[in-house]
Amino acid sequence: MSQVVAFPTPPPGGPPALSQGAQGQARGAESPFVRQVRNRLGDLALAISTGSAMALVLLILFVVIGDVIIHGSARFSLRFITSAPEQGMTAGGIFPALFGTVAMVVLMTLAVVPVGVATAIYLHEYAPAGSPVTRAVRIAVNNLAGVPSIVFGLFGLGFFIQFVGAGMDRIFMGGQKVFGQPALLWAALTMAILTMPVVIVATEEALRSVPRELREASLALGATKFQTVFRVVVPQGLPGILTGTILAISRGAGEVAPILFTGVAYFLPRLPATLHDQFMHLGNHVYVLSTQSPDVDATKPLLYATVLVLLILTFVLNLSAVVVRSRMRKRFAGAGH
Amino acid sequence: MPMSTTGDAKMKMEVRDLQVYYGSKRALAPVSIDLPEKNVTALIGPSGCGKSTFLRSLNRMNELIPSCRVMGDVRLDGDAIYGPGIDPVVVRRRIGMVFQRSNPFPKSIFENVAYGLRIGGIKDRGEIAGRVEKALRQSALWDEVKDRLADNALGLSGGQQQRLCIARALAVEPEVLLMDEPASALDPIATAHIEELIDELASTYTVVIVTHNMQQAARVSDWTAFFYMGDLVEFDRTNSIFTKPTQAKTEDYITGRFG
Repeated sequence: MSQVVAFPTPPPGGPPALSQGAQGQARGAESPFVRQVRNRLGDLALAISTGSAMALVLLILFVVIGDVIIHGSARFSLRFITSAPEQGMTAGGIFPALFGTVAMVVLMTLAVVPVGVATAIYLHEYAPAGSPVTRAVRIAVNNLAGVPSIVFGLFGLGFFIQFVGAGMDRIFMGGQKVFGQPALLWAALTMAILTMPVVIVATEEALRSVPRELREASLALGATKFQTVFRVVVPQGLPGILTGTILAISRGAGEVAPILFTGVAYFLPRLPATLHDQFMHLGNHVYVLSTQSPDVDATKPLLYATVLVLLILTFVLNLSAVVVRSRMRKRFAGAGH
Repeated sequence: MPMSTTGDAKMKMEVRDLQVYYGSKRALAPVSIDLPEKNVTALIGPSGCGKSTFLRSLNRMNELIPSCRVMGDVRLDGDAIYGPGIDPVVVRRRIGMVFQRSNPFPKSIFENVAYGLRIGGIKDRGEIAGRVEKALRQSALWDEVKDRLADNALGLSGGQQQRLCIARALAVEPEVLLMDEPASALDPIATAHIEELIDELASTYTVVIVTHNMQQAARVSDWTAFFYMGDLVEFDRTNSIFTKPTQAKTEDYITGRFG
C-alpha cells in the first residue's frame, strides 16, 4: 500500500494522543485524509515500539558479549586453553575442562543421534498417523523438552548410576564399585536424554518437509517403503537432521545441571581415561571458579576467559548449524547451474 | 457390463466395477473398461471427475492415501493386481507412472534414471549405463544431456525435467505407462515434445494419459474415456468421441459447453 500524500513525520510522543483523538471520531465522518494520517501514525507508532524492543535486546546482547570479550581476551591465549589449572585454580588454563566437555559431547552425540533419528523416522514414517500411541509418544517427547534440566540430572543419578551402574558392578565387578558412581559415560547418557527431543523434533520436521511428490516418484518406480525412506526421504531430510544434531550438541555443551550428579568433577589432576572416570566441564568450571575460589581477584580474569571459551564454543557450533543448513539447501536446490 | 467397443485389439488391462472411496465419499462409481495394448488411451473430464483417481488405481498408488478404499477388479494381462498376496511393489514395476508436476530426485541426471534399476537390485555398472542411455534416448533427452549426466537434475528446464521423469519411468521397462497430466505445467514447445514422445512410446508401451486439454487428447490418443462426476460416461475411439459422441454430456463437454 503506497502512501500518496506525503505527511511530515511527527515527533515521537505525539502519535498516541493524535491517533486516539482520531479514533474518537465517528468512523463515517472521517475524511480520507484523516484516515490516511491515522494509518500513517499507527504504522509509525508500531515501528517505533517494536524497533525499540529490538534495540533493547540487541543492547543487552552487546553488553553481555562485549563485557566478556573485553575482560576475557586479556587472559585468553593458546596456553590458556592447552594447560591445566594451577595453584588452586588461581592460575593456569582450562584444558581438562575443555577436554572433558568435548569428550562428553562426543559420547552424547554417539548416543543421541542414532536413537533420536531412528525414533523420528519411526514416528513419521511407520507409526500409524493419528493413533493414540503415536500421539502419546509425540506429547511425551514435547514434554521431555520442557523438563527442567536438574530433573534430568536426578534421573541420571537414580537410573544410570544407582540402577544400571550399581547393577553392572554387582553382576560383572563382583560388587566392586566401578560403574556405580558418577562417570563420563553416565553424564553423556543423561545429556543424551536431555537433548533427545531436539534431535527428534528437528528430524521429524526435516522428514515432514520432504515433498510428497518425491516419495510418490520413488514408490511409483517400484521402490519398497524401506528403499524410499532410506534412499530418498532421509537423504533429502539430511540438512534438517544435521542442523538438529548440531543444535543438540550446542545445547549439550552448555548445560551443567544434568551432569552435576552424574559425572562432573570439581577438579581432577588428570584427564579421564576410561568411560567410568569423572571429568571436568567448562560450564561447571565457570561455576567452580566463581563460587569456590580462594582468591577472587586472581580468579576473575580466568573466569572471564573461561566464559569466553564457552561462548565461542557454542557460537561456533550454532554457526556451523546455520552453514550446514544453507549449504545443503543450496546443493539440493541445484544451485550453481 | 464393460464398455467395450475396442473390437479385436488385445487388451492389456481389464477393469471391472472399480470403485474408489475417500473416507465415506465415493470418488469413483463402478467403472468397467478395457485398455487396449500398445495404444494410447486418454482420460478426459472436468476437474474432480475421477479421472486421476481412476489412473492412480491402475498401479495401486491410491492406497498410499490412508482414508482411501478401492473395490473391484483390475487385471494386467489377466492377473488381478488387487488380488490377495499381490505386492504393490511388483505391480508398480510393471506399471510405471509420470506425474503432473515433474518430480526429479535432487540427484544427478544419471542417478535419477538409474534409481529404478538400482532399487530393482541391478548392480552391473555396464548394464545400468546402457539402460540409462536407452531410456534417455527413448525420452528424446539423450542429445541434450549426454555431456552433463553428472549434473544435478534440478538444473534442467521444466520440459527437460518432465522428459527425465519419463526416462526414469521407462528405465525399469514397464509394460504400461500412466501419465497424469504430464504436460499441464509446460510451455507449448515442451508440450509438443512430450506429445511427440507419447506417440513414439505407443509403439512399445500401453499408455494411459489424463489430460484436461481436449486438443491434446485428440492429438495423442487412440481411445478416449470421458469421466463425469465419478462416472465413466463414454469410452470409444478418439475420433468417434470427438466427431460423433453418443452421450449428450460428452458432446456438451467436448464442445466446451461446460467444464
